[in-house]
Amino acid sequence: MIRSITQKKPEKDIERLLNGLNRIFIIGCGTCTTLTRTGGDPEVRAMKDELSAKGKLVTGHTVVPVACDNLTREFLSDFGEQINQADTLLIMSCAFGVQTIARQLKKMVVPALDTLFIGKETAVGLFDEICTQCGTCIIGETGGICPVTNCHKGLVNGPCGGTNHGKCEIDVAKDCVWTLIYNRLQELGRLDSMRRYQKPRNHQGEPKPGKFKLPEA
Amino acid sequence: MPTKFKQALESGKFVVTSEVAPPKGTNLEKFEHHIELLKDKVDAMNVTDHQSSVMRYPSLGGCLKVKAGGGEVILQMTCRDRNRLALQADLLFASHMGIQNVLCLTGDSIILGDHKNAKSVFDLDSSQLLETIRILEKGKDLGGNELDGAVSFCAGAIVTPEADPLEPQLIKFEKKIEAGAEFIQTQAVYDLDKFKEFMDYARQFKVKILAGIILLTSAPMARFMNKNIAGVFVPQDLIDEMASAPKGQAITKGIEIAGRMIKRIHEEKMCDGVHIMAIGKEELVPDIMAAAGII
Repeated sequence: MIRSITQKKPEKDIERLLNGLNRIFIIGCGTCTTLTRTGGDPEVRAMKDELSAKGKLVTGHTVVPVACDNLTREFLSDFGEQINQADTLLIMSCAFGVQTIARQLKKMVVPALDTLFIGKETAVGLFDEICTQCGTCIIGETGGICPVTNCHKGLVNGPCGGTNHGKCEIDVAKDCVWTLIYNRLQELGRLDSMRRYQKPRNHQGEPKPGKFKLPEA
Repeated sequence: MPTKFKQALESGKFVVTSEVAPPKGTNLEKFEHHIELLKDKVDAMNVTDHQSSVMRYPSLGGCLKVKAGGGEVILQMTCRDRNRLALQADLLFASHMGIQNVLCLTGDSIILGDHKNAKSVFDLDSSQLLETIRILEKGKDLGGNELDGAVSFCAGAIVTPEADPLEPQLIKFEKKIEAGAEFIQTQAVYDLDKFKEFMDYARQFKVKILAGIILLTSAPMARFMNKNIAGVFVPQDLIDEMASAPKGQAITKGIEIAGRMIKRIHEEKMCDGVHIMAIGKEELVPDIMAAAGII
């Protein structure tokens, strides 16, 4: 199950964004940000206390079940009056949720969180970014492990010269994916895949912004 | 017409290269002094390209200075900061200006440098950059379009012979050779017995290999490099030897260590030469060469 991984914005950034906006309605999300404890009910309540202490008026707060869902508009309609009274919505969901609410309510929105990556829980409480939707998937040749995402430099002919003891040059807590790919391909008896020279990648697999339309039946 | 450096590589002599780093700014006084000091002593000198992701005067500009000063130069080109358009353009310019030795590098991570928020490019990697050079030499660009006017290069790459694990590094090494690398300047070697084993494997390839030697200037500097410089791993026994030097004698000890390693590589004909890196201490390269008996 993919999850949107977020991190609370620095306090002074939120202050700057809320400068001059004194009546605020806070919205959390019951899915990803509840799981990562960045925008669930406890975090929303803590934010209410934080803002009140700073002299803001919190007109109300709620946690929508799935902020990025089309039904969010309906859920929020129960809070119509409190939302109307607010200058802005401070949203503690990922940016998918913030943009959804912005489109649905046409009200000013301020994200309280930065969306870091779309990831997967690989161990309890540990989330990793394993795919960045490059549109040119090569994991069939790398043992099912993505180097475009998991190599800091996005190399398709790896490793680089900075790897050491299977770790990435930028952070010893991060694995060198090319060492992992090597190990996996060796287990599979498919090192020939790693030996194959990969041509320069198509970096415009789906030129931003991505768009997909189902063909007419 | 092969470059002077290529001729040196083919001649069978013990090739010596070094590197000069351009300044952070436009005051090239010290840089030009280093060029003057080294140009008649080494077979070629590399000009680094935002080494360790620290913004500096560009390698290409530095190379023009080396040429103007009468030196044989190797352009270092990383893939960290420029996409394939910019890289090809710089290659056209370089060849046109007579800068025809190129060392192709992927490049250190942006995070290690002094502009940590910058965008990383890595549109190409080192092996793809080597292939790009060969494609340009055949008269086309990476888009498949005909070029008006020819280019010609002597292209090389790096390898980290002390990488652990080594096998993935060797797979990449072979790709670089297939992509057209004519010479290799290695990352710093310290364990010469291990290096000999690496050379036993590497000898099968038609590529000239220059062993990388980094001057140690102090024990703290060695520890700093281990922590911060990608691809450099100074072993504890050398750090201890540096620490054992009497006060004020650390650099002398560093020169002694570098000299003795080069001497052994030369005497035992381990490889085709050495690449001496004296970062921030370029003026000591002649002393290292003297200590090694190769000046």
